[in-house]
Amino acid sequence: MTILTLSKLTKTYGESRVLDEVTLSVAAGERVALLGHNGAGKSTLMKLVLGLIYPDAGTAAIAGHAPGSTVARALTAYLPENAAFHPAITGREQMRYYLRLRGQPVRLADELLEKVGLGDAAGRRIGTYSKGMRQRVGLAQALIGGPRLMILDEPTSGLDPVSRREFYALLDDLAANGTAILLSSHALSELEARTDRMVILSQGRQVAAGTLADLRAEAALPLTVQITPQPGQEAALITAFPDGRQVDRRVMLTCAPFEKLTVLERIAAHRFLIEDFDIHAATLDDLYSHISGRAA
Amino acid sequence: MFVRILATASLEFTVARRNRWVIVSVAMMMLFSLVLSAAGSAPAGQMAVDPLSVTVASLISLAVYLVPLIALLISFDAIAGENERGTLALSLTYPLARTELLLGKLVAQLGVVAIAVFAGYTVAAVVAFASGGVEAAQGLPALWRLVWTSVLLGAVFLSLGHAMSCLARRPSGAAAMAIGLWLVAIVLYDLGLLAAIVADDGGSFTTDIFPWALVLNPADAFRIFNLAASGAVDAASGLSGAASSIAVWKPLAAIVIWPLAAALLARLSFQKVVP
Repeated sequence: MTILTLSKLTKTYGESRVLDEVTLSVAAGERVALLGHNGAGKSTLMKLVLGLIYPDAGTAAIAGHAPGSTVARALTAYLPENAAFHPAITGREQMRYYLRLRGQPVRLADELLEKVGLGDAAGRRIGTYSKGMRQRVGLAQALIGGPRLMILDEPTSGLDPVSRREFYALLDDLAANGTAILLSSHALSELEARTDRMVILSQGRQVAAGTLADLRAEAALPLTVQITPQPGQEAALITAFPDGRQVDRRVMLTCAPFEKLTVLERIAAHRFLIEDFDIHAATLDDLYSHISGRAA
Repeated sequence: MFVRILATASLEFTVARRNRWVIVSVAMMMLFSLVLSAAGSAPAGQMAVDPLSVTVASLISLAVYLVPLIALLISFDAIAGENERGTLALSLTYPLARTELLLGKLVAQLGVVAIAVFAGYTVAAVVAFASGGVEAAQGLPALWRLVWTSVLLGAVFLSLGHAMSCLARRPSGAAAMAIGLWLVAIVLYDLGLLAAIVADDGGSFTTDIFPWALVLNPADAFRIFNLAASGAVDAASGLSGAASSIAVWKPLAAIVIWPLAAALLARLSFQKVVP
């Protein structure tokens, strides 16, 4: 069942087109990551979905309801980027407020704070919290009432690696219970591949979409092969691999993914010249900058 | 709807308490009331009959400066601050209407103003009864009138503060606008009118425009209504002569309509805010 549907969503500010005909859907239980540089249109897209701003063209619907409508608001939870709650309020008071707004019992406040690891800090003022702890308060309020759609703007920024893992574990639980999740991130590597699908935005346009495997296959980024010669065999090695280039003593060459075996055969054939070798696949960051760079 | 307004109000009141706005406002009002009460009948001369009425006459000119100032100080951060912290966008994604959010803040902050006003005027009443005995009871109606008109005056400037908070993008800008508004509405407006009267020298401005101009300013309407209704002499204002020539219903209407108009202005300004 599709929860979020965006169709040719377009938003312009003056002359600049911040979002250009973006079409996207998120099903119940699906985790979709929205990737892009600063200014790629991620936050604009989220604000349109939340009904905080309105599109110039195209449509958005949350389970068939218009963004910003009472039903849509009741179904949707939002975690803003770098939410800084009022420093004079305690975590518990802040949570009680949000529970009241959603018509939920206030006694759930401690339970929710416990869930994000803030049980001990519930009675302390938010002004004493670290950035990561404030982010957890934001996450706790987004969990209220088991939302059907979660919009998370850079949710893992400010979290340490352990917290980040716990955060994704929470998302897994939510998704398993049927919540549709749309989260944004600066970089593929930050996502730790914990989402079902990625959508990459560049200058307001959708430039790629699919699973990580899809994106890798489509980009077909070359592998890097690094060969270390036996002592004294440097000259012979570069003759044997004329397509490589010499870096210090070693020979570096690149090959397309489908040529991997051919390269291995060549290495095996020259084993008497070679002390060691490494093969590196393109990293997630390489993949991401390739896709977003291709668009620009 | 009331649940959400009350939830917002109670959170906002906690913020005001923790931010020391409550204690500062109460302390300011009590201190100034005490000073004015101690000064006693000196400024009012022979006109007043009982010690409380004398004090009320002095309190009118105090409240006209202090209540709007307190209201603007409490309210200027309301929307701009939330927008800067990023919590405005969050709150507006909840099932919470903009009107509810604004009303909740207004209710809480009006509570702070009311507490400060009560505390300050209670000090004045206590001093008056201590020095004048039961005779001071004659001044109670005037004191009560001062209390509720002060709260309404506070409501006007709270809502105007909210409007500034919406129109300025940052809290610092909102603060500057709030101080500017206070200076213009409370200080410069009267000076301007006085200058115009002097220049006009008894012409049509003084007879036709001036009484309306006086009533249209909520602070002046507050002062004139209290002075006219209590028949006291305003020692601090050079506009006291005008008070007697204006029908009481005019400033009264202004005092009642202004809070609604200002709240409407704040609501309309809030509509323009994009979180």
